[in-house]
Amino acid sequence: MRSYLRDLRLPFCPGCGDATVLNSFLRAVHELGHKDLRNFVFCSGIGCAAWIPSPYLKADSIHVTHGRSIPVATGVKLMRPDLNVVVFGGDGDLAGIGLSHLMHAARRNLDIVVIMVNNMIYGMTGGQVAPTTPLGAKTTTTPYGSFERPIDTTRLVVEAGASYAARWTTFHREELKEALRRAILTKGFGFVEAVSQCPTAFGRRVGLKTAADLLRWFEENSVPLDEAERMVEKDLEGKIVVGEFARREFPAFSQTVREMVKEAMKSG
Amino acid sequence: MTKAVSPGTYFWEGNEACAEGAIAAGCRFFAGYPITPASEIAEHLTKRLPQTGGVAIQMEDEMASLGAVIGASWTGVKAMTATSGPGFSLMQENIGYAFMTETPCVVVDAQRAGPSTGQATKCGQGDVMQARWGTHGDYASIVLAPNSVQEMFDLTIRAFNLAERYRTPVVLLADEIIAHMRERLEVPPSKQIELVNRRKPKQGNKAFFGSQEVPPMPEVGAGYNVLVTGSTHDEYGIRQTADPLVHQKLVERLVGKIATNADKIVQFEGSNVEECTIGIVSYGCTSRAVYETVELGKKKALNIGHIRLKTVWPFPSTIVQTMAHTADMIVVPEMNLRQIFYETERVVQGEVPVFSVNKIGGGEMITPEELLAAIVKRVKNLD
Repeated sequence: MRSYLRDLRLPFCPGCGDATVLNSFLRAVHELGHKDLRNFVFCSGIGCAAWIPSPYLKADSIHVTHGRSIPVATGVKLMRPDLNVVVFGGDGDLAGIGLSHLMHAARRNLDIVVIMVNNMIYGMTGGQVAPTTPLGAKTTTTPYGSFERPIDTTRLVVEAGASYAARWTTFHREELKEALRRAILTKGFGFVEAVSQCPTAFGRRVGLKTAADLLRWFEENSVPLDEAERMVEKDLEGKIVVGEFARREFPAFSQTVREMVKEAMKSG
Repeated sequence: MTKAVSPGTYFWEGNEACAEGAIAAGCRFFAGYPITPASEIAEHLTKRLPQTGGVAIQMEDEMASLGAVIGASWTGVKAMTATSGPGFSLMQENIGYAFMTETPCVVVDAQRAGPSTGQATKCGQGDVMQARWGTHGDYASIVLAPNSVQEMFDLTIRAFNLAERYRTPVVLLADEIIAHMRERLEVPPSKQIELVNRRKPKQGNKAFFGSQEVPPMPEVGAGYNVLVTGSTHDEYGIRQTADPLVHQKLVERLVGKIATNADKIVQFEGSNVEECTIGIVSYGCTSRAVYETVELGKKKALNIGHIRLKTVWPFPSTIVQTMAHTADMIVVPEMNLRQIFYETERVVQGEVPVFSVNKIGGGEMITPEELLAAIVKRVKNLD
């Protein structure tokens, strides 16, 4: 693990799930036989999860404006298709301000990995409602409880056309690692949603004060995808459907672009 | 494989000249979003860049367009986007990011009449101050203003050279008239085109964000473990979000590298600057009418001098101050409601009166006769 990390103290609050996501990602990288992160470029936007790679990973990382990590990753990947381009971001960064970019990258089947750490809240700014916040949850900007239905980002990514999409929680460490491993191996767009605990800005306002409380909640509320498909919508309210939502082959975008360029060079 | 276009005489549209200028400058990545009156740049580059081995892509919006350009730039490639006012507004966040992270890139803004959607197909010059101050925080910009199809080619190349030399975003502030007009231009042999490429770091040098006025720039995927961040960072790219001295040192260097090199960046075209009694400061499409005004003025025995700004920012203060020493007045014609007028007034510091001649809407240019009439009226008032 040391060969993947700079010698810096992680900035995350006690009990934060970001460390679990980082750990799962690096175990996946290790299993794939990467001795270091030389062949990786990380892009991240704004928010706690965006700090997972920058500056803690011993690698190239581009920490950009809020929501724009995927466009920057697009520029990197199109000019360097040989590199593994990985985006880390929170639910606010990727499903809020950056949702359009997420959809279009999935539509293009851009061959990058996007890891969305979904803590259901804007954590870095102090706990405001997010597009992922459960209905009724109290946040600093929904003092009477959230009155908006949360977004199902993973299903949107599947509908948009990604090759790979999975959702797990930080309770499912092994499944999460395996999903990340498969996302890295995917020849197209690989999306992993990691539902993660934020005791500081979310848990304590919804009666789940510690990381353990939140992890127990994830355990009790998670429903495997195949089981969920047999359930009626009403019974799925407030549940976290986990599993592999898509694993399929579509042409990888950077390869499609390269082939077009090759043809154009002949014609020009 | 076709690279840059063959040298010779062409009859091109301004946007086409800009696109070919980019290729001649070594641009190999373009990302953009359709917008009038800049779309022809995207249309031309999506055809031409792949022929050179480059990539051109239409993104989902302007934030994504400049984002992709920034990503491409960090792979060591020269990259560009093109837009107009509404899109230029959306790009401001990433212009600030490119400035803060010292990412060379070129942003073309073919101005139209704003604010907001305004008159999409009609010319305006209202983005001058946005190009200077559009992004938040302390900022210094390099902004070039072409006034011919030839300059759409030449100044696009110069925009890339300045971006690479100073590791900063450079804006080519065109306007609808220059972008859409067709005229003759000369494409010089590639050997005669001066090209600047960013400096690469020497082995062992890890200070990619400081210790020199313009630090060398690594690329990703080359083993540098480079840390790029738009947050305040030290010379090694490590985020320092609370240290006042790190912030001050960084931002003062970023602003300073442009301000202290202003004399190397600034270009203008001056005629009769030091002997004139009536001075005109102009730029972009409006300057084309001024040439004629000067000639018409001669017939009326008016001694008119003219400074045509090729670089709008940094503002060519010295030459404007020189003009103020001899002129009785300075006139600033613009297709906006006073932007360079205020900057001119600021730099002459009351030495001479500064008058504005303004026209907005419908893409109507200030005609040579209108400008002359406005000057004659002022002369009479001064007498």
